Amino acid sequence: MMLQLAGVHAHYGPIHALKGVEVSVQVGEVVTLIGANGAGKSTLLMSLFGQPPASAGRIIFDGEDITRLPTHAISRRGIALVPEGRRIFSRMSVMENLQMGAVLADPANLDVDLKRMFALFPILEERCEQRAGTLSGGEQQMLAIARALMARPKLLLLDEPSLGLAPLYIKKIFQIVRELNRDHGMTILLVEQNAHHALRAAHRAYVLQHGQIILSGSGRELLASPEVRAAYLEGGHVATDNCSAPG
Amino acid sequence: MSALVSAAGAPTPAERFRDAVGVALVALLLGVPMIGLTTVDQGGALRVATRWPTLLAFVATAFFGRLVLRFVFDRLKKRRTALERASGAAGAGSHSASKSHGKILVLVGWLALGIALALPVVYADNRYVVDTATTVLIYVMLGWGLNVVVGLAGLLDLGYVAFYAVGAYSYALLSTQFGWGFWQALPVAGAITASFGLILGWPTLRLRGDYLAIVTLGFGEIIRVILVNWTAFSGGPNGIASIPRPSFFGLPFKPPGDTPTFASFFGLEYSPAQRIVFLYYLILALALLTNLFVTRLRRLPVGRAWEAMREDEIACKAMGMNVTNVKLSAFALGAMLGGFAGVFFAARQGFISPESFTFNESAIILAIVVLGGMGSQLGVVLASLVLVLLPELGRDFAEYRMLLFGTAMILIMIWKPAGILSQREPTLRYAAPGGGA
Repeated sequence: MMLQLAGVHAHYGPIHALKGVEVSVQVGEVVTLIGANGAGKSTLLMSLFGQPPASAGRIIFDGEDITRLPTHAISRRGIALVPEGRRIFSRMSVMENLQMGAVLADPANLDVDLKRMFALFPILEERCEQRAGTLSGGEQQMLAIARALMARPKLLLLDEPSLGLAPLYIKKIFQIVRELNRDHGMTILLVEQNAHHALRAAHRAYVLQHGQIILSGSGRELLASPEVRAAYLEGGHVATDNCSAPG
Repeated sequence: MSALVSAAGAPTPAERFRDAVGVALVALLLGVPMIGLTTVDQGGALRVATRWPTLLAFVATAFFGRLVLRFVFDRLKKRRTALERASGAAGAGSHSASKSHGKILVLVGWLALGIALALPVVYADNRYVVDTATTVLIYVMLGWGLNVVVGLAGLLDLGYVAFYAVGAYSYALLSTQFGWGFWQALPVAGAITASFGLILGWPTLRLRGDYLAIVTLGFGEIIRVILVNWTAFSGGPNGIASIPRPSFFGLPFKPPGDTPTFASFFGLEYSPAQRIVFLYYLILALALLTNLFVTRLRRLPVGRAWEAMREDEIACKAMGMNVTNVKLSAFALGAMLGGFAGVFFAARQGFISPESFTFNESAIILAIVVLGGMGSQLGVVLASLVLVLLPELGRDFAEYRMLLFGTAMILIMIWKPAGILSQREPTLRYAAPGGGA
């Protein structure tokens, strides 16, 4: 087991954002977490990173309890996050962004890793001296992924990588996710609103609603499930129970 | 309003006229109470008098001034958009353009260094010029120190003068109480200010933006108030006098006496200008060392971590950076550089008092960093020149010098909203074979 969340609760001030979530990720898996806006998806990733730490429950990574560790210590254990909204260092060059991703890695690996990234994302090599802020949204997302990979993580967390991207880039991003997993054996936890693409890319999936896991299964199962179809795939206006999922 | 509309395309004469009339109306409104009416002392009683002709001149100036200003601005804007279009059309050419831009800056830097080195030789007999240049260099050094904190790490520090003060008082006390020399005291004072940076940084760096700014502002005042009130320690408002001047490797700058002096050792005739020139070269050396040090640091991971933190703190945390340590390192280092400048200041003046370390100083140093372009080393030099020399040049204009100063600041903000040198050169290049497009 690479990652296990056991009965995790999280609070944002008075808001009880996660109510006993159970999620597990095995080595070599792509696991996706889908849900509407405000379901607690990002909160879950943030709790995983201690921002803020879970108020109850345990988070085990690679056999170690990381629930109460500070953020930087958690990421040093081998978890890399591609944050929501990319959060690249926009005034720094593409190269510098990549180097920052490897800030804790062995400097001897830098050149090898850069070559690996440029093989994965040829566009970044072309743009390598450009200011990161001048890249297009899709390119920035690739840079954010490459930056995370520079740390040679054991587990890659992707927070809404398709958010605000053109359809062509969305396709590309999910292609990269599959490729990373298939060819490089990367374990990935993917948080997405774009259920259609996410479920197709994932081995297993969880559906989060109001801070609780309401469904789980293989990507294919959930893709076929009528509840998921109604709530997350066909426009989203036909909500399950009292959930008013926006389109 | 019409100014906004006209910004879209070239304004017609009618639009320009309407715009100017609007401005003239505002001038009239403001001018009636401020210029049109005045009080005259008449046999002990105050009487209100009118000055309509002056008011009329004022309104007319506003009207025609606005017309001319708008015209000039539109011309400038047109030229700029034309230039942008031209460089945009060049496409990939803009990349090499930015490289040649960098080369020009390097050239300007070397040129400035050459001028700085030659200045005392040319103006050896002009004490005023060398003194003013020394002041500029003190501010350059302070600016470079604060640049680490504000420009690179993005931590707004409004109380930077506190570290300047700590450095100055460290040297003053070490030298007057314990008889330490300048070169002995310099590293110790640097260490003391760095620890002050850590002491302030440790509890406060979890704060962000405005909150951090307020706390640092408070810190600056606390240090000053302590210096004013703790008379037994700091001499209170009287300050500390007769601080020993730095010597040239043990050779003091004094008229010939029993012990060897700088003049007697080198067989020169004694002149007080020697010390002035020596002090100038001393601060120049200190500033150059600072620059070398900061430029090297910027190329190291820690320097890039500062900049990354300025860009996005959360992303830094997610990459495993200990943000607190990165911030503390920037704060302590910036403090130390400010402390060095303080030591020099105390040694140069020979007398210090809390009056030299008011918020005004913090504001000027911050203005130097912001005007120069956050993070730009050369920008700090240019901004120091502007901010120190303008009030000096303005001396002839007596009470109008602050007006001149303010106008210059506004003009810089209009033409260079991101600072004089806002271009940032990457500190890392991809050197793999066949790479680096």
